[in-house]
Amino acid sequence: MKALTFTLRAQPEERLDLSALIPDRLDGMSVAEIAKLRIGTSRRPALVGDIFKIRGENRSHIIFDGGSRRFDRVGAGMSGGMLFVAGDAGAQAGRRMSGGMLVIEDNCGPHAGSGMAGGRLEILGNSGDYLAGPLAGEMLGMEGGVLIVRGKAGHYAGDRMRRGVLAILKGCGDYAGSRMIAGSIVVTGRVGAMPGYLMKRGSLLFDRRPETISPTFIDCGRTDIAFSGLFDRYLIDDKILDKPLLGRKPGKYGGDNAVLGKGEILFRMGR
Amino acid sequence: MQQLIRNGVAIDDTFAEAFGMRATAIIITAPTLKWARQAAITMTGYATSVIGCGCEAAIDVDLPPSKTPDGRPGCRVMIFAVSTDELQKQLKNRLGQCVLTSPGSACFAGMEGGTPLNLGSALRYFGDGWQISKKFGGRHYWRVPVMDGEFLCEATTGMTREAVGGGNLLLLAADAEKALVAAERAVAAIGKIPGAIMPFPGGIVRSGSKIGAKYKGMTASTNDAFAPTLSGVVKSALDPEINAVLEIVIDGETSDAVSAAMRAGLKAVIDLGPKRGALRISAGNYGGKLGKFHYHLKDLLP
Repeated sequence: MKALTFTLRAQPEERLDLSALIPDRLDGMSVAEIAKLRIGTSRRPALVGDIFKIRGENRSHIIFDGGSRRFDRVGAGMSGGMLFVAGDAGAQAGRRMSGGMLVIEDNCGPHAGSGMAGGRLEILGNSGDYLAGPLAGEMLGMEGGVLIVRGKAGHYAGDRMRRGVLAILKGCGDYAGSRMIAGSIVVTGRVGAMPGYLMKRGSLLFDRRPETISPTFIDCGRTDIAFSGLFDRYLIDDKILDKPLLGRKPGKYGGDNAVLGKGEILFRMGR
Repeated sequence: MQQLIRNGVAIDDTFAEAFGMRATAIIITAPTLKWARQAAITMTGYATSVIGCGCEAAIDVDLPPSKTPDGRPGCRVMIFAVSTDELQKQLKNRLGQCVLTSPGSACFAGMEGGTPLNLGSALRYFGDGWQISKKFGGRHYWRVPVMDGEFLCEATTGMTREAVGGGNLLLLAADAEKALVAAERAVAAIGKIPGAIMPFPGGIVRSGSKIGAKYKGMTASTNDAFAPTLSGVVKSALDPEINAVLEIVIDGETSDAVSAAMRAGLKAVIDLGPKRGALRISAGNYGGKLGKFHYHLKDLLP
């Protein structure tokens, strides 16, 4: 069966809510029914058929041929299957996803992977602020799964994260891992100011010593732990990185001692 | 008893009688193979027989860094017991006293499936609140701060109910020296079989037992039929030229592992020949009524 493909006719004139177009919700629907789904968010909302040409049958493998910064909530709530966006995405891509695989070929907006609990989200370009973070008023950010940004991430990546692996490969903005509860955040490339700000537990894993950290993080020296080898191997086996991140003896800062202080920043020494 | 002859070595037409057991496995790693083995040897000490030790345990195979989860040298240890509860108890105590304490050690699941047995989930409390839980790649680990860094330990390991304990070979020789040479050859060959361990000292038992005794409270006593110094005074199973007998006891992850191990042991002893090693090979059983698994020597010959 060919993948169900939504080919973009023209750039949309309003922001779209694409959370309806996920494998879970399209299962069993005909193309005509899908074409009538509302995805616009204005007073006269657009339907799927207005924006996309629809081809293919396989409801568990969905492709958006062409993307836009107005594609909000792509793959939000998906729990299985595969969704591929050949282009940009807007806000909240993969929000609350719990399974399956979501790939965004270019950049995406803020709150990508917000509150995700499982599955794998890969963003091949850059992501906006609050990557994996909670929306205003929510207590928890990412709760599981794997989120990979092959480009840069904005500020507050991994805010209030509780579980899972978040990897950012070309650096991130300020306050990475702020208010983190647990989980692992990997960053290769330059890290902005104050990583781990108010983190309680959890691990920030960097390929270099962070430039500016909060004074409430304390230098714990050079560690000699088996965990770095195990985690480096996982990152390579899972095709997140192609070379070891931490090395055998990473440096460590413990913090944030402004709060519980059981978190850690582990980083490769010598850079 | 009928005998077959292979390369001048007589093989009794008899069988080894073995029992169903519960087994688990873990992988121990360390900065060097020496220290991984040290942790494993300490952990599997005093684990020769379930009769007196609660479990039977030994190193299964050494693992190169490419085959271990954390990229350091290690070895796979197997532990056998008669019940799940006893296996968990033995595993927890031995891990806590012998592996957690060993320099640079880390511990991972060596078996998948079955009832999960606690590893790090039992030992994490040693961290006194500083232990770190890590879940990634579908696995769960605990990191416990210790004086040389961290004890890294997977949360649980698997268990099998398909394990078999008590596969054996009896090696009968002209003197103790030749019996030991034959037994050492068998141990070396069986050591290469994955999923099979030999829990006794160096893999060899010199005090094979029979069930029961003349004394009250003794469940097992010396196997007088195979004791050469009694060959004239009891109903002996030994020929006049036999002056020493050694036994190899084998526990396997599966029944197939036990047969493969017995086959390898038989081949090694037969290849050695009667002049330097054993004159005769036999096996221990209880008449076939107690154990579910029977390994006939004639089916395992090379």
